[in-house]
Amino acid sequence: MKVIVSAAEKQFINSAIASGKRLDGRDTYDYRKVRITYGTERGCCEVQVGETRVLAQTSCEVVKPSGARPSEGMLHINLELSPMASPTFEPGRMSSFGVELNRLLERSVRESKAVDTESLCIVVGVKVWQVRVDLHALNFDGNLLDCSSIAAIASLHHFRRPEVTVSGEQVTIHSLEDREPVALSIHHMPICVTFAFFQEGKYLLVDPSDREESVMDGTMVVCMNIHRELCTVQMTGSMLLLKDQLSRCCQIAIVKVSEITEVIKSALANDAQARKEGRKHGFAESKVSSRITTGHMEEQTIPIKKEVDGSGSEDEMEDEEEEEEANGEEKNQNGSDVKIDSPGVGTIGEGLRNTWGVPTEDSDDNGQDTIMEEKATTEADDKRGGNKSCQKNL
Amino acid sequence: MAGLELLSDQGFRLDGRRPHELRKIQCKMGVFKQADGSAYIEQGNTKALATVYGPHEVTGSRSKIEHDKVLINCQYSMATFSTGERRSRSKGDRKSQEMQLHLKKTFEAAILTQLYPRSQIDIYVQILQADGGNYSACVNAATLAIIDAGIPMKDFVCASTAGFVSDTPIVDISYLEESQGGPELVVALLPKSDQIVEFQVNSRLHLDNFENVLDMAVKGCKDIHAVLSRAVKENVSELASHMNKT
Repeated sequence: MKVIVSAAEKQFINSAIASGKRLDGRDTYDYRKVRITYGTERGCCEVQVGETRVLAQTSCEVVKPSGARPSEGMLHINLELSPMASPTFEPGRMSSFGVELNRLLERSVRESKAVDTESLCIVVGVKVWQVRVDLHALNFDGNLLDCSSIAAIASLHHFRRPEVTVSGEQVTIHSLEDREPVALSIHHMPICVTFAFFQEGKYLLVDPSDREESVMDGTMVVCMNIHRELCTVQMTGSMLLLKDQLSRCCQIAIVKVSEITEVIKSALANDAQARKEGRKHGFAESKVSSRITTGHMEEQTIPIKKEVDGSGSEDEMEDEEEEEEANGEEKNQNGSDVKIDSPGVGTIGEGLRNTWGVPTEDSDDNGQDTIMEEKATTEADDKRGGNKSCQKNL
Repeated sequence: MAGLELLSDQGFRLDGRRPHELRKIQCKMGVFKQADGSAYIEQGNTKALATVYGPHEVTGSRSKIEHDKVLINCQYSMATFSTGERRSRSKGDRKSQEMQLHLKKTFEAAILTQLYPRSQIDIYVQILQADGGNYSACVNAATLAIIDAGIPMKDFVCASTAGFVSDTPIVDISYLEESQGGPELVVALLPKSDQIVEFQVNSRLHLDNFENVLDMAVKGCKDIHAVLSRAVKENVSELASHMNKT
């Protein structure tokens, strides 16, 4: 099944992009918030890029090596697109979209030799470790590749395999209680950054959302590590680019890759710290409880520019856009004395402070493993400003 | 495997080429009668055969019909005897599916798809011998076959590869050079306008060297264009002389 976007919506999104605006209020080169949450199990993590979510689990087993490379372990990566994540994903046979994503993940992690496969060898030609990374798309809101690549590398870093000792013919695999399991040796962190191109390569966006992906001409994926080495680059789509556009994408990717690497590192450090101190860790501790997560909107800054002499059509577009931003807020407010404690909760007038559904301070403290990138959280002030100007325009 | 000297001190590669030299290209258009367009190309030891059918009515399910442009259907296969080890290959493996997808995207960008709405063009390519640069041989062969079929394109699509060995970019890498684990860059280009249709980097390449390697690959594409366009002109003049006789 293909989601069909109406011609009007297509045109709206395209004209918004042409004027340098995006539906969710981001700038052209802005990345959505990246969150990494580790589970109690080693090698288990959930990564969120905006509303796109991927769950990763790394596991290992002992197998016979392939004939061509008897002294190397194996690394498999598989991304599963279940229909749970999006109605466009069909069950059963993998779509061409799925094949493309899987190949890109393989190329970026396996073929760039991120994991030292020789260290996974137990007995040459007889026994090696096979490491599997299983990725499951939980929710699809565009840019699944970046989210999966972060999940894969974050999970591989977190994973520990059982210790093995070899004496003569005897191979002993120690249980987790017996000996401390060992981490995989990972050379570098390849991270994918996706660029979407619109109107035959004229406009470029970083980290496209689902809507933006449905109108774009094509993508360019730049996979890089922090040492400024290109691991994989792939340009696909019915568009034509010039050489300097490729170089520009690479320059932008450097910045994004270093930011994301920091996020992964700090998530790993936090998890390690929590485990060491014996504090509670894992998904159950990291999820904000007593809240339904759908319909919950991330707070974000929306720069509102006052249009003084904009032409009619542009004004109209601005209105629509702001409306879209504001639809998380209640519509019945009619004065400047509206207080918004958090999205979806407001009080009017002099009454008591409304605390319904407002997260208390300590519920946030639970999310120790949850790292938020870009401290772009904003206060109610900005939003109120947005609503005001919206009302004026209307 | 390791320790093969890909570039000698004198600046020669394993097969005696200099870094900027392509392998010998031989090509022929119109090799089959049944197909609307066909071509055969040899780039060194890499040999590819391409046939094009169409534009014709959409075959199979009607849901595939696109109302504003032509549907391009690509199939890529490798002959059982194409590699050192004889092996029958299933069409469904991920690598060939990926290749198929990339060929499709490449030609969607290059063919004037809006001219044939509600129809279909089939491009079938087969690798007869694989010796590095399979994708580029496929693209070049398919370009010739499409020209032979008389389907309008924006320009030739020429593809080439480039590698990077001991601080020197090398163009049109062979299987031996490919399998040493160095970086590989694949570019498909519209040579007249310098627009890039398809672009890939495999394995690690430092960003500082990126521009040089890309330049080398682009130069390779332009050199291929010169060869292909001469072949097309020869083919056309031959056809014209046949027509005059009758």
